[in-house]
Amino acid sequence: MHAANPIALDVVDIECLRGDALIFEHLSFSVSAGRVVQILGANGSGKTSLLRMLSGLATPTAGDILWHGEPIRESARFHEQLIYQGISVGFSVSLTVRENLEYALAIAARGAQASTARALARVGLTRYHGTLFGRLSSGQRQRVALARLLLVPAQIWLLDEPLTALDRAGKELLEEMLLGHVESSGIALVATHQPLGIPPGYLQTLDMDRRTAC
Amino acid sequence: MLNPALVAPRPASFAILRREMLRLYRRRGQLIQPPLFFVLVAVLFPFAIGGDEHLLRALAPATVWISVLLATTLSLEDIFRSDQEDGSLEQLVLMAKSLPGACALKALAHWLSTPAPLIAMAALMSSVHDLEADTRSALLISLVLGTPVFSLVGTIGSALTVGVRGGALLLALLILPLYIPVLIFGAGAVRNATLSTATGSEYFFLAGLSVLAATLAPFATAAGLRARLS
Repeated sequence: MHAANPIALDVVDIECLRGDALIFEHLSFSVSAGRVVQILGANGSGKTSLLRMLSGLATPTAGDILWHGEPIRESARFHEQLIYQGISVGFSVSLTVRENLEYALAIAARGAQASTARALARVGLTRYHGTLFGRLSSGQRQRVALARLLLVPAQIWLLDEPLTALDRAGKELLEEMLLGHVESSGIALVATHQPLGIPPGYLQTLDMDRRTAC
Repeated sequence: MLNPALVAPRPASFAILRREMLRLYRRRGQLIQPPLFFVLVAVLFPFAIGGDEHLLRALAPATVWISVLLATTLSLEDIFRSDQEDGSLEQLVLMAKSLPGACALKALAHWLSTPAPLIAMAALMSSVHDLEADTRSALLISLVLGTPVFSLVGTIGSALTVGVRGGALLLALLILPLYIPVLIFGAGAVRNATLSTATGSEYFFLAGLSVLAATLAPFATAAGLRARLS
């Protein structure tokens, strides 16, 4: 049902060199709207490097990344539709949960697709809106990052190890959010080792060790 | 004319400044450190120079300028460090509509957090040091006009050394030579005031340097951040 969707994100023969070390080369895959891509691979296989390249933070040493046929470097549209969630999720420990989320919304300047209160309720942090981010447990910190995904409108989610420290309920919440996201034609690339509970029709996997996309 | 790229959408620029002020408030204990350091350095000069009152009075403006410069340099490393550690910097680079605009606001926040309290401290100390009124006002005016350069150029250095081990010393090595023009004109203005000659040209040079830094530094900082994070 989704095979007919046009290709949205096209990665063409990219290479990643870090210093003298070749992290990966000849990596190509493409993603249509409405798909979750699970990125698998051993530590050091380049999952984070790949996500950083897709975000535009880093540039491939060779090859191209295209968004609807246009290189992402030159595509303003691409950057307006992106959320990148790194291993450090990007919140200040000396601000409260609410202050952090409001700041994230304001710098993105895309408007909000939910109220902060509703997003916090959905991730189960209503009681913590006034708590300093630094006082939260690591699982709760990941949940604040999930609240950001609910708040900031974006078609492309790039998530680096979003399941770290999340409990079972948190994992189910993320799976539910991912499904909702791709059902409304979003795209998500998720680097994680844990099996994702996403229906096979929506899921594709990219194995950085075997370099196979299916 | 304002550069259009510097004008971030109003809510975003307000949010960036608000966040910096909130973080400053939450770490207000640290706010006192640069002024204390400044006072200590300024107090060290009389010990080194000796008890000659005329010499001390003649050297007082220069010691204030040097102390402000050193205290400011020490605080530069913090501009981007915690943002880099917690991932906020990546978010800023990716999400901000205008990264140079955000960098200009970072420089403004730094100026408010360090040079501004130092200038207040200098005002306090110059009354204690019994400087003449002309000298005192020249010192304060030159500090107000010149210290924005410290923050703006310092932000470039902070961006270039973010995430570098032992970055503080490297940062000082990079940045201190660039502060020399400000020091020359700043101390020059005060010297002229002491000699009761005109100080206008020094003020204009300081203001000009500040405007130049405000125009160029945010773009250099943004480019530096992008380079460091890639």
